[in-house]
Amino acid sequence: MKNKKDYSIIIGGAAGQGSRKAGLIIAKLFNNLGYNVFISEDYQSLIKGGHNFSVVRISDSQRFSTHEKADFLLALDANTITRHEKSLEEKGCIVFNKDKVKREKGVGIASDTITKELGGLPIMSNTALIAGFSKAMGIEWKVLEDALRKELTKGIEKNLEIAKKAYEEIKTVLTLEKIKADPDPLLTGNEAIALGAVKAGLDIYYAYPMTPATSILHYLAEHEKDFNIIVSQLENEIAVINSAVGSAYAGKRSMVGTSGGGFALMTEGISLAAMAETPVLIISSQRSGPATGVPTYGSQADLLFTLNSGHGDFVRFIVAPSDANECCYWSGKLLNLAWKYQTPAILLVDKELSESTFEFDEKILKTIKKEKPVLWSGKGEYKRYANSKSGISPMAFPGDKAVVKGTSYEHDEKGISVEDSETIILMQEKRLRKFEEMRAEVDLLEAVKVYGNKKSKKAIVSWGSTKGSALEVAEKLGLKFIQPLILQPFPKKQFEKALKGVDKLILVECSASGQMEKLLNCNGIKVDKKILKYDMRPFTVEELERKLKNI
Amino acid sequence: MENLETKCINTWCPGCGNFGILQAVKLAVNELISKGTPKENIVIVSDIGCNSKIADYLNLNSFYSLHGRSIVTAMGIKLANPELKILVFLGDGAALDEGISHLIHAAKRNSDINVIMHNNRLFALTTGQFTAVSPKGLKGKSTPEGSIEEPINPLELMLAANSSFIARGYSAKIEHLKDLIVKAVNHKGFSFIEVMQPCVTFFNNIQFYNEKVYETVNEELDSREKALTLIKEWNYNGEGKIPLGILFKKDRACFEEEATKHLVKDKKPEIEKCLQTHL
Repeated sequence: MKNKKDYSIIIGGAAGQGSRKAGLIIAKLFNNLGYNVFISEDYQSLIKGGHNFSVVRISDSQRFSTHEKADFLLALDANTITRHEKSLEEKGCIVFNKDKVKREKGVGIASDTITKELGGLPIMSNTALIAGFSKAMGIEWKVLEDALRKELTKGIEKNLEIAKKAYEEIKTVLTLEKIKADPDPLLTGNEAIALGAVKAGLDIYYAYPMTPATSILHYLAEHEKDFNIIVSQLENEIAVINSAVGSAYAGKRSMVGTSGGGFALMTEGISLAAMAETPVLIISSQRSGPATGVPTYGSQADLLFTLNSGHGDFVRFIVAPSDANECCYWSGKLLNLAWKYQTPAILLVDKELSESTFEFDEKILKTIKKEKPVLWSGKGEYKRYANSKSGISPMAFPGDKAVVKGTSYEHDEKGISVEDSETIILMQEKRLRKFEEMRAEVDLLEAVKVYGNKKSKKAIVSWGSTKGSALEVAEKLGLKFIQPLILQPFPKKQFEKALKGVDKLILVECSASGQMEKLLNCNGIKVDKKILKYDMRPFTVEELERKLKNI
Repeated sequence: MENLETKCINTWCPGCGNFGILQAVKLAVNELISKGTPKENIVIVSDIGCNSKIADYLNLNSFYSLHGRSIVTAMGIKLANPELKILVFLGDGAALDEGISHLIHAAKRNSDINVIMHNNRLFALTTGQFTAVSPKGLKGKSTPEGSIEEPINPLELMLAANSSFIARGYSAKIEHLKDLIVKAVNHKGFSFIEVMQPCVTFFNNIQFYNEKVYETVNEELDSREKALTLIKEWNYNGEGKIPLGILFKKDRACFEEEATKHLVKDKKPEIEKCLQTHL
């Protein structure tokens, strides 16, 4: 095995069999033992059947990527073994349901028999498998019991009875080294996005279901009361964005979430938010395209579209986080920035980021608060689009003692439609000044992150979820790693600073054309090589390492 | 009387039906204000088209939305602040072509907004093309031989979508229209008022309306059957008389009340509690 403190576990089964839940329980078990954990999900666009699997990585260092090979394979069905046996390490071990799969090698657990004998429901067979697997991994009964009590909502005692029986029947094959570290909350990127926005004062979330953004809708709806917010599912993405703009005009912080196709429908509303100078936070989680593409698989190919989303001349904030911590921080920060600059702001994520499970640093939440926007003083006649020096006009809302006129039309300072060239120029230039302020704001933020060997002449540039594997390989090979985090307004100065001493820049991206190259080119930055992947699956560490070594 | 004028120059064609609607709105808003609605709680939401210029002509809160989207923008405003009284102005093209899904869903949800559809039965500002309510055979620049489509009956559609308030007015009957608007605003839930509005330039049917319209007082407002009879009296082509007035009204729970009832004033979000489930 690779490293005594770095294991990869694949948990697979048919859709509806509960492999994802099993994966999460196993991840939490190791998290409680002090290990860093990361889960990548692979599932198909179907309800029952097919093949779904989770890859759980447990390690003594924080890694948000997966290995090509697995040390353990936990098979809920025979198909899982057929599909993944070839990706098992030489000394890897298969843990399987002995009642469904006939084989000599590995750890067979009579999970169906145990469940039946003890009068459990068929789904409880998974509990027997998890228990048997835990025993094989050398996890103490107490740790397992605690985890099961926490995770299972129904029939806890029966599940524990089944777990105990399976646990007792299986022999331990591995002695895990203990790591002294407190467990961290495990969050998907989408859950982290939800929390960040709530912390920054989210009032209303609007959405139309679309993978891979749907779990933001589910999570916020589940916690609607806890968070004291409104969650509203509307008839389509056009309704979603326009309602969000309406709510913001009326003074409420609103956020919307979607993926490429839905984002395409929202673009008229993004343009509206820019003209009406109405704050709105849009979460766009990329999936494979064009069109319907491969709905449950990821991609980074919406970058150029997002940079140019919406007709007309305007700048929007676009930030591409790479893990749950950044998702949380930036959804909160972007909601505040949207309100500070009265502008659309887009958090550009992707399937891997939205749906993978990460360790979350709770301290991030303490760095987010609801920041006060520029509000009208209440004195004098109110002008919604007052021609201020900064281009930012103080906000007032219906219900205030003012006449508040928001509009999609070119307008004068009060918000009355105009068509004369003098006023058009006045207002275009007011907005241009605001865009300059937005650029200046980016210069003050950590818009580009640099990691790895800072003296290396060779640097990798990568963004979004691809950072996970790309950073790991960069560190392994002693390369510099540059992550552009804010993509619009583009942090040119910070990027140029990051490039100091670099003579070869290699882009690693999950797209067919290498879209980040075009953005960098627009800013006078040359990309020397591109490593692209477009089977809509994330890079594994080994796969990327091989490709990089060839350069 | 509140002066609701702005300094914006009115660009409607002389004799346009929109003038009558604007006057009725001013009267209705004044009545609402005189009976206790704070002026600052009134919001005009308009769409795109001649009708939507009304936002510029009223010195009231307003949001001049995108084409077909005024209804959803209005819903967003109402959900954010249910205290506000929302008047949505849009044309037949916006309501029944570009934004028909929003109209149906807003009615279905019973969102407490008041939709006033200026029905001139064609796209006017784009110089005359057929809409979903244009009579079959309407000659426009996109259908020089005449439109080949039968018109939709928007009130029948609203009844099917479970709109809780359905009315029809006429831009030349200002006092009558004012009453309809006040009653719509006072109705808790979704209100739809269709206003027959002649377009003097592209579809001047003033005489047609003057001959066909009549005011009706429906005694059985919550009867769908009675409403349907009145609604189907005119087929949006040439046949039948055109009844004006409230044609249907049936109270039911409104969307914003249901969607906000769990909110607790000044309650801080319980994030820590939620994080515990992630350990």
